[in-house]
Amino acid sequence: MQSPLPTFPDQASNFAGNVDALFSFILMTTLFFAVLVTVLIIFAAFKFRRQSANEVGDDVHGNNVLEVGWTLIPTIIAIGIFAWGAAIYVNYRIAPKDTLDIYLVGKQWMWKLQQPNGRKEINELHIPVNRNVKLIMGSEDVIHDFYVPAFRVKMDVVPGRYNTMWFRPIKTGKYHFFCSQYCGTNHAVMGGWVTVMEPAEYAAWLSGESGDVNPAAAGERLFTQFACNTCHIPNGTGRAPSLNGLFGGTVLLADGTTVVGDEAYIRESILQPKAKIVAGYQPVMPTFQGLVTEEQILNLTAYIKSLQSQPVPAKGAGIMPTPAGKK
Amino acid sequence: MREQATGPALKLPEKHYLNATYGIRSWLLTTDHKRIALLYLASVTFFFFVGGFFAMMIRLHLLTPNGYLLTPDQYNRMFTMHGVAMIFFFLIPSIPAVMGNFLIPLMIGAKDLAFPKINLLSWYVYVVGGLFTLWSMINGGLDTGWTFYTPLSTVYSNSAVAPAVVGVFITGFSSILTGLNFLVTVHTMRAPGMTWFRLPLFVWAHYATSIVMILGTPVVAITLGLAAMERVFGLGFFNPAMGGDPILFQHLFWFYSHPAVYIMILPAMGVISELIPTFARKRLFGYHFVAAASLAIAVIGFLVWTHHMFLTGQSTYAAVAFSFLTFIVAVPSAIKTFNWTATLFGGSISFDTPMLYAFGFLGLFLVGGLTGLFLGALGVDINIHDTYFVVAHFHYIMVGGAVMGYLGGLHFWWPKITGRMYPEWLARIAAFTLFIGFNFTFFPQFILGIMGMPRRYHTYPPEFQIYNVMSTAGASILAVGYLLPMVYLTWAAFYGKVAGDNPWPATGLEWKTQSPPLTENFDVTPVVTWEAYDFHNRPDLGLDVPAGKGSPVVAPAHGDD
Amino acid sequence: MHRTGALYGQFKTLEQQKDTATLGMWIFLVTEVMFFGGIMLAYTINRHTYFHAFAMGSNTLSLGLGGFNTVVLLASSFTMAMAVWASQTSKKGLITLFLSLTILLGFVFFGVKYVEYAQKFHHHLVPGKSFDIFYCVNNPAKCEDIDAADMAKEKEELEVAAKADPDLNAHAQLYYSAYFGMTGLHALHMVIGAGLLFWLLKESVAGKFNAEWNNPVDIVGLYWHFVDIVWIYLFPLLYLIDRHK
Repeated sequence: MQSPLPTFPDQASNFAGNVDALFSFILMTTLFFAVLVTVLIIFAAFKFRRQSANEVGDDVHGNNVLEVGWTLIPTIIAIGIFAWGAAIYVNYRIAPKDTLDIYLVGKQWMWKLQQPNGRKEINELHIPVNRNVKLIMGSEDVIHDFYVPAFRVKMDVVPGRYNTMWFRPIKTGKYHFFCSQYCGTNHAVMGGWVTVMEPAEYAAWLSGESGDVNPAAAGERLFTQFACNTCHIPNGTGRAPSLNGLFGGTVLLADGTTVVGDEAYIRESILQPKAKIVAGYQPVMPTFQGLVTEEQILNLTAYIKSLQSQPVPAKGAGIMPTPAGKK
Repeated sequence: MREQATGPALKLPEKHYLNATYGIRSWLLTTDHKRIALLYLASVTFFFFVGGFFAMMIRLHLLTPNGYLLTPDQYNRMFTMHGVAMIFFFLIPSIPAVMGNFLIPLMIGAKDLAFPKINLLSWYVYVVGGLFTLWSMINGGLDTGWTFYTPLSTVYSNSAVAPAVVGVFITGFSSILTGLNFLVTVHTMRAPGMTWFRLPLFVWAHYATSIVMILGTPVVAITLGLAAMERVFGLGFFNPAMGGDPILFQHLFWFYSHPAVYIMILPAMGVISELIPTFARKRLFGYHFVAAASLAIAVIGFLVWTHHMFLTGQSTYAAVAFSFLTFIVAVPSAIKTFNWTATLFGGSISFDTPMLYAFGFLGLFLVGGLTGLFLGALGVDINIHDTYFVVAHFHYIMVGGAVMGYLGGLHFWWPKITGRMYPEWLARIAAFTLFIGFNFTFFPQFILGIMGMPRRYHTYPPEFQIYNVMSTAGASILAVGYLLPMVYLTWAAFYGKVAGDNPWPATGLEWKTQSPPLTENFDVTPVVTWEAYDFHNRPDLGLDVPAGKGSPVVAPAHGDD
Repeated sequence: MHRTGALYGQFKTLEQQKDTATLGMWIFLVTEVMFFGGIMLAYTINRHTYFHAFAMGSNTLSLGLGGFNTVVLLASSFTMAMAVWASQTSKKGLITLFLSLTILLGFVFFGVKYVEYAQKFHHHLVPGKSFDIFYCVNNPAKCEDIDAADMAKEKEELEVAAKADPDLNAHAQLYYSAYFGMTGLHALHMVIGAGLLFWLLKESVAGKFNAEWNNPVDIVGLYWHFVDIVWIYLFPLLYLIDRHK
């Protein structure tokens, strides 16, 4: 449901309502004290403003009763807030037993997710509504963080260990997720969408029957299946150029002309590889005419597109280096 | 200010610390704590501008969701270097190295700090550290975040990490030497009669700060040292690929960096504890409690560092313990706030510029401190950790609190430091400008955090734009608020109206000397027989104390009697 | 601030100056505890996690050389204490003698350390690209300073350790990072201490120290004892892991 608090995202998980309630409580309490102190200050500033140039104030040392009072009361309130927050957190950190387990790998700068039946996604997470979901997360390189504002959940993804987080989506819809631990150049674009679906839809999606397929993940499978990965090595050390950053970049061809790495160029390269040879490379790519379907070309293109934000190697890139600044 | 009898206009004293000796060597080789304070003033102001420049780039770039001003790498360098410059080279040294250095000997009746040469050394160490960091900035800068999390900083970053880390490492020793100097000075150099509970609260605040400096800074030093070794020589303490643990880095880093925030705020609180009694002409309510609260903040501040790491996947129960301690550390700050407020009641309040800054501090520190409660509450932190809510929270404390304290103190003691007054009306306008600009810059960031905008983002979804625009607009007003004092304080140092010994008047020992003071501070060592902020037993101040009040114990008219 | 004899201008009495300097040195030593504490924490955590690799690393250190160095430093603390006593009793000649002995013992320590470090370098045990805990066992000809019996023992220990920890080399490198980090930091502090001792020697020869004023000898003594205590911690931590076999 829409949060009762203004500017808050949807309350789309089991935690959201409780977290927002605690937030409201803290807000009310802090607002009360902030207003109280502010009013007192403004009141005193007016009531006790200097009347004559050489006036002095009263000779007051203090008041022990007040000191004890304004120490104890904030302490009690603070402990109350702490306890509520701790309760939410402990519940959040201890996952229930009956979870749908999704494996997640973060790397600079994309997310790879895998459903229980092995189906893979890139930068997307499909889950059924009203089901406890647990994410088991690892990192291939630096520390990342998986954050879904609408669920009010977040957890660091740390290399060298597995971190888990759980939640139960309570409302269907599409919700933004973000990487929220600074991880380098493209930290800010390392996000995606969580799609919460009705259970029947989810089941259909999971088995690949529905049209809502994650093309990039399908493309990645094809990339391996057709052995493209044996020549197009990401770090540029293969027989063929790296495809990192290719989509949208400018390719320098052997004949000195340039072409933009768009869908058309990719399709042509798969079907008629000898039409355009990248400068510095041999025309050794075999043609896949008759071996790939149009749908497979689309999926491969989607996968290559998802490599847009991957680190472009200094040597062996398919694209020309971008001039310092704009991309 | 006190009403002065009409007479000839005041003149600067003939001899004082500024004209005692001339020439660049007399400044660069000085051991006079007051001159060293001015050397620090110049260098921290320089780094304030460096950090401010990076802030300007950040805010300009974030005007649009797909910022056109900077590339992602350039933006990441901007926010990193903004943090490094502001935290290590401006905020941490600012009040202690400028005002602490200048005032502590004067406030306790000493001729100088315990170790004047070490004081000068601390400035040179700061400068060398600063040069290393500038070298990093000139060589393309640093893009790891000021927190240098591993393995991003030690293995993956392609920026000038090593020189910056070395620079911060070196500058840490400046902090340690300053803290050591202050601690020893307060213990052994107090004038006769200046007992612990007659000390101004500014001194108590710096004492507490010094405890934090000497215990915490060495830990970040060794941590950064190990990180630099990892970066340069491939050691593996923090690199998981070699069996190391990135979370170990975070623990070691935050063990210092959390207490560091108390290094940044305690001195400002000390300034406020001077300003409010002075401009309400009334002793500070609950002196002992405020002194004790400073020490409590320093000690408990060492026990909460893991609240920066609630979501790293660490032990749930450790997180619960640290959250509890985090709420406890909030209590002494609340005690201080209530005591400052209570001081106003029954006072005789004037609205000179330093007092305006004190009011600003009270309001903004209140917001900053209270928003810390949201972050300390584990359940809410899950949602707002690493979002703009955090950015807003710490800027309210660091800028709304610490910088307000710094500027308030600078204005309050400018007549003592330079012998001349700043222009009051222009200063009041600047204070208001600053307050308004500040709130417009940072309040919208709380909303951005609640909406889910993560921090350290060079691009953001379009629905966040309106608050980013508001924030940048506020920043441009804030910039004016900062530039004005830079200009008129400099002007006033040379051309302002001569202020006299004690223009306000205030009760501290520093005000019983000439303005500017002699190099050796006091001709005759004062003997203290009065309490701090005791307006009722100070006939030397020339104020109208009601008849029948006050005790027979009086202060001599001038420190040299 | 002018100086009259030994009295610096910011102080009123020599007594105040002495109290101030002594307190300053104690607080400085507290900061040193925090400084060394950080790396000792990193060491402790890694030793717990990678015990086999750390035990293996410790066994490649020479107990004889480490033990000898420990005795040398303890002796130097004794000679330092004697120097302080001599200064308190105005025995100028003895101050000079004991300071010289302390410096000499310090240099003996450096000499032994150099031998140890050089050996590590030859055995490819310095962290970095060429680090290899198996180097000597695989190339006995290159490590002639290890005799056959010790080599066989090392080979056996390595086999056991490698079975227990498949990533032995990487984790052993962590041990050596700690070894060089901690002993290097300690050695740096000793070099500074030696510098301070040379200065004290110069001042004592010039007759500056006597029963009335000996504070500098006192506080340099404090520093030197602290550096010694750090070594007393380092020796068992680095050299004596799992040595009971």
